[in-house]
Amino acid sequence: MSLRRVVVTGLGAITPLGNTAPAYWEGLQAGVSGAAPITRFDASKFKTRFACEVKNYNPDTYFPTKEGRKMDIFTQFALIAADEAIKDARLDEEGIDKDRVGVIWGSGIGGLTSLQAECINFANGDGTPRFNPFFIPKMIADSASGNISIRHKFRGPNFVTTSACASSSDSIISAFNYIRLNMADVVVTGGSEAAITESGVGGFNALKAMSERNDAPEQASRPYDKERDGFVLGEGAASLILEEYEHAKARGAKIYAELIGGGMSADAYHITAPDPEGNGVVLVMQNALRDAGISPADVDYINTHGTSTPLGDGAEVKAIQKVFGEHAYDLNISSTKSMTGHLLGGAGAIEAVACILAMQHNMVPPTINHFTDDPELDPKLNFTFNKAQAREVNVAMSNTFGFGGHNTSVIFRKISE
Amino acid sequence: MSEIAEKVKAIIIDKLGVEASEVTPEASFTNDLGADSLDTVELIMEFEKEFNVSIPDDQAENIGTVGQAISYLEEHAK
Repeated sequence: MSLRRVVVTGLGAITPLGNTAPAYWEGLQAGVSGAAPITRFDASKFKTRFACEVKNYNPDTYFPTKEGRKMDIFTQFALIAADEAIKDARLDEEGIDKDRVGVIWGSGIGGLTSLQAECINFANGDGTPRFNPFFIPKMIADSASGNISIRHKFRGPNFVTTSACASSSDSIISAFNYIRLNMADVVVTGGSEAAITESGVGGFNALKAMSERNDAPEQASRPYDKERDGFVLGEGAASLILEEYEHAKARGAKIYAELIGGGMSADAYHITAPDPEGNGVVLVMQNALRDAGISPADVDYINTHGTSTPLGDGAEVKAIQKVFGEHAYDLNISSTKSMTGHLLGGAGAIEAVACILAMQHNMVPPTINHFTDDPELDPKLNFTFNKAQAREVNVAMSNTFGFGGHNTSVIFRKISE
Repeated sequence: MSEIAEKVKAIIIDKLGVEASEVTPEASFTNDLGADSLDTVELIMEFEKEFNVSIPDDQAENIGTVGQAISYLEEHAK
């Protein structure tokens, strides 16, 4: 059985840099930081008191109050990004067989805000269980894909992938596979996360995973800088419409790019620490390249996982050099987390969108906040520090890795006949 | 209108996102005010919290309209 080709026909995003895909791109290419003091709760007693929040967010501008109240913020973000992508791809038009449209979403955590609120409510009570009937449907991670399908009546395959910070790269690969295997013609995919809550920030602080640079939030996410001290928590969502190539052509859809390969692997090393040798990361990039049927020299740009942690950034760079050899010096490498912060389960989706827009605009978004070279990193590598670089981008790779040792890599290429 | 009836109406308007004019005594939560089964459970819980009562499931099943809610609570509220 030959595998079907899969293309991207719609994009949507709600991110710390902008609340639509075009606004997100504006922020990316301008090299702005989305970090600022936390407004969602009183963080004054927390080790980290800043994050990359979605700005000017009011659910009432997107949903009737009654509807918004029944969804956790991570599901609200999912619907907003998916709606933009669906509209962009003209999926709601007549003639689309909705039995053949699936929704495969990614979230690392799900409705943490709702879980926390209900537990606090119970703890403050007299022991009488007064859990809201919407609590469970709000909290469960799959409520994102469920709600997207209900809103648009898409009756194809529907589920959510969870692999921590690799979640929405895994959802993209799952969507890719379901279309390749003829189990759907179109899949709304992507990912969302909204964990800027007391339990989210406190939990990641306890892991010593987050930057504590409270005196300069905008400079805190600094992948590949010698003084990096951890990731900056972000929130938001992005969505991609994946569609079988002939199906897209037949209806005259706008085609952004082709998804040509996906790879997955596990570190099998430690539940939170990356393998310092980057062996799992070597394997995942090799798997993705083999699936795409291209050689390392074909790749122009890698949007790295690069979370700005002391250990993780170095391991990934080591792995890139092992896989790409001399070609590593010809690559543009950048971590857009320097601007967006780390969206956890939403990271793969917003970074896939960054790769596609980089190809469309032939412009590589930067790794901002570079101040001091890290002597551990090869200075001949091009990390696209501080300013976007114009470059013909034909093939872009996006890497994401999650707690648990999950590694995922996807490869997009400009469309060719 | 009694104080209890006022409070009941306010809860229904807030939770179901409906207009005050729609909240008539005869209005059914599910048929007239757009509530689904989970909305109805949430309404009962709000009544319990607001009026400090415990409404057993078999009695909650008989509260399907605005008027039924008001008369139940006028009888049982503490």
